[in-house]
Amino acid sequence: MKYIEEFQDPALARRLLDDIHATVTRPWALMEVCGGQTHSIIRHGIDQLLPEQVELIHGPGCPVCVTPLEVIDKALEIASRPDVVFCSFGDMLRVPGTGRDLFQVRSEGGDVRVVYSPLDALRIAQENPGRQVVFFGIGFETTAPPNAMTVHQAKKLGIRNFSLLVSHVRVPPAIEAIMRSPSCRVQGFLAAGHVCSVMGVGEYPELAARHRVPIVVTGFEPLDILEGVRRAVRQLERGEHTVDNAYARAVRPEGNPAALAMLEDVFEVTDRAWRGIGVIPDSGWRLSARYRDFDAEHRFSVSGINTQEPAECRSGEVLQGLLKPHQCEAFGTLCTPRSPLGATMVSSEGACAAYYLYRRLELKTVPAAATTPPQEASTVV
Amino acid sequence: MSDAGTTLDITGWTCPAPLRDRPRVVMGHGGGGALSAELVQHLFAPAFGGEVLAGLGDSAAVTLGGVRLAFSTDTYVVRPLFFPGGGIGDLAVNGTVNDLAMSGARAAYLSCGFILEEGVEMSVVARVAETMGAAARAAGVEIATGDTKVVESGHGDGVYVNTAGIGIIPDGVDLRPQRVVPGDVVIVSGEIGLHGVAIMSVREGLEFGVDVESDCAALGGLVQSMLAVTPDLHVLRDPTRGGLAASLNEIAAASGTGVVLDERAVPVPEAVANACAILGLDPMYVANEGKLVAFVPREHADAVLDAMRAHPLGRGAAVIGEAVEDHPGMVVARTALGGTRVVDLPLGEQLPRIC
Repeated sequence: MKYIEEFQDPALARRLLDDIHATVTRPWALMEVCGGQTHSIIRHGIDQLLPEQVELIHGPGCPVCVTPLEVIDKALEIASRPDVVFCSFGDMLRVPGTGRDLFQVRSEGGDVRVVYSPLDALRIAQENPGRQVVFFGIGFETTAPPNAMTVHQAKKLGIRNFSLLVSHVRVPPAIEAIMRSPSCRVQGFLAAGHVCSVMGVGEYPELAARHRVPIVVTGFEPLDILEGVRRAVRQLERGEHTVDNAYARAVRPEGNPAALAMLEDVFEVTDRAWRGIGVIPDSGWRLSARYRDFDAEHRFSVSGINTQEPAECRSGEVLQGLLKPHQCEAFGTLCTPRSPLGATMVSSEGACAAYYLYRRLELKTVPAAATTPPQEASTVV
Repeated sequence: MSDAGTTLDITGWTCPAPLRDRPRVVMGHGGGGALSAELVQHLFAPAFGGEVLAGLGDSAAVTLGGVRLAFSTDTYVVRPLFFPGGGIGDLAVNGTVNDLAMSGARAAYLSCGFILEEGVEMSVVARVAETMGAAARAAGVEIATGDTKVVESGHGDGVYVNTAGIGIIPDGVDLRPQRVVPGDVVIVSGEIGLHGVAIMSVREGLEFGVDVESDCAALGGLVQSMLAVTPDLHVLRDPTRGGLAASLNEIAAASGTGVVLDERAVPVPEAVANACAILGLDPMYVANEGKLVAFVPREHADAVLDAMRAHPLGRGAAVIGEAVEDHPGMVVARTALGGTRVVDLPLGEQLPRIC
C-alpha cells in the first residue's frame, strides 16, 4: 500500500499548486464539507500554499462536532446505568455533555468501552446476555451503513439486549441549508469523498444546478484536496457549476448499492438537530418502525431529556463557515482542547481544534473578555 | 414532514460549557500528555515537596556519599501482556534502564514489584519473570530486590510490574533540557511508532495484520557510545507515552527554546504510517520503547550521528530538526508540502477517530 506516500508527493503537489495559481484571476470561497479534509488541510499547511484569492471555508462535516448536546446527555444518562455496557468510538468519549463526558462516567464506575466497530458491540451483547449493550451510532453517511448492518444482524440473530443510540446526519441537506443561509459566502464545494463512496453522487447535480455552485467530490490526502481545489477553481473561472468526481479511485457514481440497501432497510429520513446549528429538515436518519425496538432512546426512556445550551461559544458560525476559528474571541484563551467551550475544539476533526493544534503560531487572536461561568441547564423529565 | 423553503436562523447558535476540572481520575491522566503533567505538577509535587522532584525528569539525579546517582521508577500495566517483539517483562526492565540511560547513567541495580491478580496462570508469571531475567542480563543490570502482592480476581489485568533502578552518572555528563541552546541539532535514533502500533495490532477488538514488532530494547549501550564521542550532549529523552511529540514539547518547554522539525526527515516506517492513517492517529504521538531523541551541540552532531549509526540500535538515526530562538516552548514542523504546523503536546490518550 503506497497510497499515503504517493498522495503526499511534494513535486506533484507543486505542479497542482502552480496550476491553481495560474488559473485563478479573482477571489473565490470554497467550502470543504468534511472535517477529515479540514484536518488534512491544516495539518499539511495546504491553506498556506494556495493563492490568496482562494479561501477555504471549513464546513460542518465533523461527526463529533455536530452531535447535539442533548444526544450526548442522553448517552451520559444511559452509560451511567449499572446494567448497561455503553460502547462508542473513541473520539466521542471526550465530548462534553452538560458538566460531564463519557470518560468521567467511566471514572465514576460506568461500563464505557471504546470499540472500533459496531459489530464489536454486538459481540459484547452476545457474550453478556444479562446486560444491556448500547452502541453510540453517530456520524454521517460513512458510519451509518455499518451501524445499520449491526442492527439488522441483531434482529436476525434475535439479540434482544443490543440497542443503538442514533444521531446520524446527512450531508446534502446541510449543503442546502448552508446555501440558503442569507450570510452564505460559499461559491463552490469540495464534497466529502468517503460519504460519496457510500451514497454516490446522485444527490448533488440538483444542488449544483439550483444554487449554481460547482461540487467536486474530493478525497483526503494532500494531492486529493489540491486536485479538488484545482477543479473547483477551474469551474468557477469558467462560470460552470457541475458535479465533478475528483476521487474516482474510491467513488462510483452509483455509490455502494449494498450499503444503500442496508440504509433503506434499517433507517428512515428524519429532521435532525445539529450541534451549534439547529434543526435541519430531512438531515438525519432514525431507526425505521421495523427496528424501533432497537432504539436506545425508547428502550431507556431518555427521550424526555431536553438540554438548553448556554451561550458560550460561536461554533455554530464556525460550522457554517461564517467565522474562522481564530476570529472567535475565546479561541486559544478561554477555549482550548484542554478546556473546550464547544465540540469544534474537542474533536481532532473540528476546525477550532485543527487551528489550535497546528496553526496557532501565526494566529493572533483578540484577547477574550472575562465572562461569567455559564449556568448549567439540563432537565431530565 | 419538512419545509423545503426553511432558512436557518443562526442567531443564538451556541455550544456547551467546558469540563475544566475533573473530580476523578480518567485514563488520560496516565497518557503521558498534558493531563499527566498537570497531575504531577499540581497534585503530587506540592504534596511531596522536595527539591529533587521539582526537576520532573524521567529519572532524578541525586548525590550520595559524593557519588552522582540516577534514580528512577516506572510501573507497567500493558495489555496484552505479550505482544509482537516483546512483553511486559522486557518493558519493565528496558523501560527503567532507558530512563536511567537518559541521564547518562549505566543502570546497575533494579528493584521489581509484582502485583499479581488472583487466578492468573503460574506459567504466565513464569514467562514474565524469565523475560525479565533475560532482559536484565542483556542490559547488564541486576534485579537485586523485589516484592509481590496478590489482588482479588477482577482487580488487575493479570500482572502489573513496577521496577525502580539506580546507576552512576559519569563525571562530566550533565543531561538536562535546561542545557539546550538555539542551534542544537535534534537527532532521533531510528524509526518511530513501532511499539505503539505493535501493541494496537494485537489489542482486543482492534486486531489487524501488520508486519510490525515492538522496538523494545535497552539503550544504555547506545548512550555510552554517544557519550564516548562527547560527554557534552545536552539532553536525551526516550519518547515512550505520548511519543516523539511529547518528548520534544517537554524539552522545548523546559529549555525555553523553540524546536523546528523537518517532517520528511522523521523516520516513519510505512507500516506505522498506514496503521496510523487507518486509525486516525499521528505517528508523532505513538509510543516507542527502544528509541531516543538527542539535542546535540552543532559542532558534535556529525560525529554523534556517525557513532549512533555504528551501533545496532542506532542504525536508522537521523537528524530531524534543530532548536531555535523563535517560538520558545513550541515545536513546529515543516510539512512535506512546504507549509508549517504546530506539533502540540498530546492532551491525554490518542483516540481513534470515527471516520
